[in-house]
Amino acid sequence: MTTLRPYEERTTRDLDFVGKSTVRVDGLEKVSGSARYVDDMDFGPDLLHAEIVESPYANARITGIDTSAAEAVPGVSKVVTGKDFPFTFGLYMKDRYVFAQDRVRFVGEQVAAVVARDPKVAKRAAKLVKVDYEELPPIFDPIEALKPDAGLIHPELGDYPHVPWFYPHDNTNIAHWRKTRKGDVEQGFAEADLVLEGEYTVPRYAHCAIEPHVIVGLYDQSGRLTMWSASQSPYTQRHLFAEALAPLGLTHQDVRVITPYVGGGFGGKAGVSMEIMGAAIATAVKGHPVKIRFTREQEFYNTYQRQGMFATIKMGVKNDGTITAIKHIMNWDAGAYVEYGANVVNAAGLSATGPYRVPNVWIDSKCIYTNLPPGGPYRGFGYSEFMFGLESHVDRVAEAIGMDAVEFRRKNAIVEGDILAYGAEMNPSGLIEAIDRTAAAIEWGKKEIADDPNRVIGKGFAVFWKAPAMPPNASSASFLKFNEDGSMNISVSGMELGQGYLTAMAQIAGEVLSVPPAKIRVETPDTDRNPYEWQTVASHVTWSCGNAVHAAAVEAREKIFDVVHRVHGYEEESLYLEDEHVRSSTDPDFNLPLRDFVIDGLESADGTFKGGPIVGSGKFMPEFTSTRSDPETSQGGHPNIHYTVGAAGVVLEVDRETGRMKVKKVALAVDVGKAINPSLIEGQITGGIVQGLATVLYEDMRFSDKGKLLNANFTDYKIPTAHDIPEETIPIIIETAQPDGPYGARGVGEHTMIPAAPIIGNAIKDALGIRIESMPITAEKVALAVMKAQASKGDEQ
Amino acid sequence: MRTDISVTVNGEPWLLTVEPSDVLLETLRSKVGVKSPKIGCERGDCGSCTVLLDGHTVRSCLVLSVEVDGHEVVTIEGLNDEGLTQLQQFFVDMNSFQCGFCAPGIVLAAAELLDENSEPTRADVQEAIGGNLCRCTGYDPIIDAVLAAAGAGRGTQ
Repeated sequence: MTTLRPYEERTTRDLDFVGKSTVRVDGLEKVSGSARYVDDMDFGPDLLHAEIVESPYANARITGIDTSAAEAVPGVSKVVTGKDFPFTFGLYMKDRYVFAQDRVRFVGEQVAAVVARDPKVAKRAAKLVKVDYEELPPIFDPIEALKPDAGLIHPELGDYPHVPWFYPHDNTNIAHWRKTRKGDVEQGFAEADLVLEGEYTVPRYAHCAIEPHVIVGLYDQSGRLTMWSASQSPYTQRHLFAEALAPLGLTHQDVRVITPYVGGGFGGKAGVSMEIMGAAIATAVKGHPVKIRFTREQEFYNTYQRQGMFATIKMGVKNDGTITAIKHIMNWDAGAYVEYGANVVNAAGLSATGPYRVPNVWIDSKCIYTNLPPGGPYRGFGYSEFMFGLESHVDRVAEAIGMDAVEFRRKNAIVEGDILAYGAEMNPSGLIEAIDRTAAAIEWGKKEIADDPNRVIGKGFAVFWKAPAMPPNASSASFLKFNEDGSMNISVSGMELGQGYLTAMAQIAGEVLSVPPAKIRVETPDTDRNPYEWQTVASHVTWSCGNAVHAAAVEAREKIFDVVHRVHGYEEESLYLEDEHVRSSTDPDFNLPLRDFVIDGLESADGTFKGGPIVGSGKFMPEFTSTRSDPETSQGGHPNIHYTVGAAGVVLEVDRETGRMKVKKVALAVDVGKAINPSLIEGQITGGIVQGLATVLYEDMRFSDKGKLLNANFTDYKIPTAHDIPEETIPIIIETAQPDGPYGARGVGEHTMIPAAPIIGNAIKDALGIRIESMPITAEKVALAVMKAQASKGDEQ
Repeated sequence: MRTDISVTVNGEPWLLTVEPSDVLLETLRSKVGVKSPKIGCERGDCGSCTVLLDGHTVRSCLVLSVEVDGHEVVTIEGLNDEGLTQLQQFFVDMNSFQCGFCAPGIVLAAAELLDENSEPTRADVQEAIGGNLCRCTGYDPIIDAVLAAAGAGRGTQ
């Protein structure tokens, strides 16, 4: 364990701003309609629009493209195809193409683009691009894709560059196979009093940020490529654009990515997906800005989707409830390209024990190509998927040995210092407190009776955990400067996705420098001006960038103390900041306002000035992580920085006839280490629960037998409205400090949707005695299961 | 066939030339330069393009520009000349929004509700904003702010 504890303030005095439910620094802009998103920016009358020509087939060879009819349409400035950009790109594995080359691998894949000043002209002309295809048999089921005679979706798999912690299997459809082995799992089953097996299915899901993906690119006459992007990842986008377009002579210095406010991300705007087309097309229409705004339909089928997953779980337990072994096999429907999604598979493969102390572990997590849209990051990053099966299974195991489901979890809950599946030690964790407080909040153990005799009430419980999945050297940096009035600006390159990151950064800097967050502006990123941030994903920016901002503020404070010491003579050790003033512990009368000198410096006795504009810079990299481990066991590395843990419980009313479910109460406790802003964390809990409940209660992607997504709109893919929320939500914040986090904070953004599915499955079992092992658990599915159970009961009689 | 229309947007008169197929949302964004109504689904599902037409909420992606000839459109920019309404101030103070993309539409839907019903119930608020999708908040912080604004008096004043 690291013992880094740089935040002495936490123990030596009360905090002024950290830990307070400060009003968001972006609240006024957003509520007044002033906040600008990419599509709100004006690019003048010269702006071009690109319309994408897409594959109607899930698996086909391209035998010819004829663009002449489209090019002949008046107003069309350019038609581009894969031939113009024979480049691959990708975050963790370069298996994706800017435009399809000689093959398409999912319905909706980009084959060509038509550029015109008038978007209506571009759309009309795009229909005239003639593409000849030779259809190949598609594979939609990952289990089919594993068969030895299955066609290869990527025959070139062995040639794709990838990160060192991926293990692609050449000449198969397995793009990556994470194996984690600890102890002896067969011995563990032999020692168990009960061994239980189960199978669980999770379908694909869509992020449904309300703002669609938008990209605007301008490749100007000087050779600069400027991109305005609705993205979670400005720096990663710059890097991937520069990498992919290097054959055109572009370097990192030539590429600039500007990311104003983004209208929701949830992982869907991480990495690079459709944006690569904007960058490539811009180079083909030099001197003219070009925009691609995805329609809601495209948003569903050609960005990222949450991957589907089929799991088998085998768990051994002793009669006293001790888990002896877990064997967890996960086969992922990763889609046509896995450049990002393979790392979701990897993350699950390291952590599919859940937050339990398990001596013997066997995990296989296989990333399997299919001819469905590319899978990728989605809030929860694999954990939502496997925790549905695992936490359903834990309830079944507890019931089988006659133990209370909460007591079973409490007994096996992981604690600080326990050895994780891959051999590293567990970080400080308040899991048991989370379990106890959640159980109390839903009055676990107390049976509730519905007013309506047709309805029954069940209670469901689950624990959760998640670690950020990042490269071992993912880092953050921050600049900070004072203004004449003592206000401040902070430059960072994390994205304000709505989680309140900018506010949290203002609170951290404000705490160090005694400046109220309301006097601190935090800018959205521009890679030419703001310092580096890897990406705003993985629930890591409060932790990682928070450390960088803290470091920048400390550096600025040291400069303040230095100049005060030089001009006024006080020892630097005696100086401290309070209410935007410099004070000295040796002179109670000394009280120097920051605004008096943070730009203009301090006047010395001889009339000269010392100091000057106060600026600070800071950075953070987790120097203790490593992905170097044995590929057959995953033992030896330290791939994850820390886990955030918690528990959730639900009181669910179910109508026996219609299957209709009403969430009467839901409680979620999460150990955030330190709540930088409790109001924002409650926002994450309330919003995350609703997003998670939707994945279990009704959201579902439906594909035709040709692989075409059938419900690519908000009428047929229903997401929650204001009517679809729990009657009562109880957020519970636990604070077991993370020693290397800013003021003890760790990440929380994704975690709040992870337990939603298993608490519903477990509550239905409690209410009806029926176990449903596949998501979503719709009213229809529940009603049919009740009918089936009644029919088989009738047969027995 | 292009048509000239005369429309009041946020109190200011505009004379605009539009195509018969132009929708109000695009006209507002590209010809008037009002950017708060957002493009989210272009088929009336999400509500992020909500504006007030003669005082009542409409989805501007489902209204043809020619239909607003002689009428009055108000977006969030025109809600209050003096700055924020009380309702908006409650939204700010209670950290009601996250990404903010749905905020212009929801603020208008809630303003319309409080104009018509000064003592709404929780269910009334849910109904009023039921056509405006928000993927971030789980709606509770938004509903709480509308109820708090109503409780504090006339939210839109």
